[in-house]
Amino acid sequence: MNAVPKIPSSLTDKQFHYCPGCSHGIIHRLVAEALDFHNVRERTVGVASVGCSVLAYNYFNIDMQQAAHGRAPAVATGIKRVLPNNIVFSYQGDGDLASIGTAEIVHAAARGENITVIFVNNACYGMTGGQMAPTSLIGQVTSTTPKGRSRVETGFPIKVTEMLSTLDGPAYLSRVSVHKPAQIRKAARSIQKAFRYQIENKGFSLVEILATCPTNWKLTPREAVKWLENNMIPHYPLGEFKDVEGCE
Amino acid sequence: MKKLLKGNVAIGEAAIAAGCRYFFGYPITPQTELSEHLATRLPEIGGVFLQAESEIAAINMVYGAAGAGGTVMTSSSSPGISLKSETISYIATAELPCVIVNIMRGGPGLGGIQPSQSDYFQATKGGGHGDYHLIVLAPSSVQEMYSLTTKAFQLAETYRNPVMIIGDGLLGQMMEPVEINDSFLTPSQMDKPWATTGCQNGQRRIINTLYLDPERLEEQNQKLQQKYSLIVSQEQMAESYLTTDAEYLLVAFGTTARIAKEAVEAARRKGIKAGLIRPITLWPFPVSHIAPFINKSRAVLTVEMNCGQMLEDVKLAVNGKTEVYFYGRSGGMVPSSKEILDKIIEMRDRSYECCS
Amino acid sequence: MKNRQLLIIPERCKECGLCRDACPKQILTTEDNINSSGYHPVLLSNPDKCSLCGNCILVCPDLAIIYEEVS
Repeated sequence: MNAVPKIPSSLTDKQFHYCPGCSHGIIHRLVAEALDFHNVRERTVGVASVGCSVLAYNYFNIDMQQAAHGRAPAVATGIKRVLPNNIVFSYQGDGDLASIGTAEIVHAAARGENITVIFVNNACYGMTGGQMAPTSLIGQVTSTTPKGRSRVETGFPIKVTEMLSTLDGPAYLSRVSVHKPAQIRKAARSIQKAFRYQIENKGFSLVEILATCPTNWKLTPREAVKWLENNMIPHYPLGEFKDVEGCE
Repeated sequence: MKKLLKGNVAIGEAAIAAGCRYFFGYPITPQTELSEHLATRLPEIGGVFLQAESEIAAINMVYGAAGAGGTVMTSSSSPGISLKSETISYIATAELPCVIVNIMRGGPGLGGIQPSQSDYFQATKGGGHGDYHLIVLAPSSVQEMYSLTTKAFQLAETYRNPVMIIGDGLLGQMMEPVEINDSFLTPSQMDKPWATTGCQNGQRRIINTLYLDPERLEEQNQKLQQKYSLIVSQEQMAESYLTTDAEYLLVAFGTTARIAKEAVEAARRKGIKAGLIRPITLWPFPVSHIAPFINKSRAVLTVEMNCGQMLEDVKLAVNGKTEVYFYGRSGGMVPSSKEILDKIIEMRDRSYECCS
Repeated sequence: MKNRQLLIIPERCKECGLCRDACPKQILTTEDNINSSGYHPVLLSNPDKCSLCGNCILVCPDLAIIYEEVS
């Protein structure tokens, strides 16, 4: 009898360093499965950003570049312009993409750059210990909003996918979640679709993925799932926001 | 073949001749003509010109493109170079070849658009964080805007290091005849096994500058330092003008050197044995070119369009063996040869006073 | 003919509990002993009741529960 463990070939066998219950592990797996599904591992170049996933180059079994904070879409643009037949993606958190990297993501999207962006939104700066992020919710307690985020002091959270959907450049924009099995299956399909659009040269694709951060939310992994469901989904609705093939 | 070219355009043509096919830039005076020229030329030859959303985005596109094996350039002017500094540090650490052009303007701050040389410290002593060096080339004519650009691409590939070409608005705008040479090995033909082109045959390539383990980061620093030592020993360049019997040595680079030459000639006509060393590499600073003339010098005069930056490297090179004077203009003011001549005379008079 | 079965890799488990919540048959529990990271790894307490729905595999962030193809 031959037993073959089914681990995506686009992942290395290195164990993830992420916290127990962190969504990064699920999302890494979904991205790797999409690359395997499309059989593009050997011509993919990934761009890791700055955040908990800064070490993503240890986990994805592909060529990778590690970008400065916020700049991954620009780095991905440089790679794609030199290697237009390669599949290029960036993997970014909400601090990286929606704070310091706002200009880069807006302009890569506006240019319709034929790359795929995996945007992990856990409403805080995870790696540095749970500070407020542009996607933190009003009233959310973080290490820099110890009394809860106040709209008077720090304004309102940013809905990145909705914002980018006002641009003509993107081909596919969606928001998914990975907190429960049914949503993970939808997320897998959305990520697969985003890469398919790049392979078919349709243009810029981005999948925003609502994610848990149990450690910085100061919740158990199971409590974090409930917090995401009760607080993030009402504010960040799931769905496809732009699809050149027609939204589902 | 000779062509009459504007300085900024000469850089563009040289880059193309050297095999550059990717340019990422942003408009800023006084280098915008270079971007505009390449916006037309690169698509003509199947290259890529992209105006980025900022100087920061542009240098990060350079990082990605260079890491993917492209022969790539960006250009900007002083404040824009400040913006690029973080990623320049990354590029140096990741050992990616590329060329960065700084057509300097008056500073600090938003400053002015007139020529200056006040980014010497930024170019040679850092700008970005950490122990790294750019190779820095300082052209002094439109011919050198061309030939030093082709040299820059060769040096970048040879050493896997970013190279900066540092000019100013005068050089960028002036037109002079240029001998065109486009018959040398283009870097894009060279093999780059480290480039992230997709992991065929199992071997992954990773372009990274994160080293959380301090022992590993020290190793990387030592590796870079060894490279820099090699560059220091091999690549110093300077021009010597009337230095053989010079008693008063001028040191100046770029546009200022052209004016200083006139002052040297005027001084000679007055019987003052003046000479000029013109550093062409600002990093590595051409200490070996200056050293032979120090013992014979009564004094050294550094002339710059700043408040005294290369002055410090000159003093280090002179190492206390003779007096070092300084003359500078800043804010976009360009010294005249008469002002420099007056300073040479003053220097001569003071050196006789102290020795009599 | 390829068949799939569940494979648990105890060393990878971080005891996050997501699989235990996701299992519709509630047949995932934890071992009494700990792995080298100090976590009690997941344990399939009643393999006969497992319908291979795949929920646990979907929610596991650490590839501690995966499919195994058996031929």
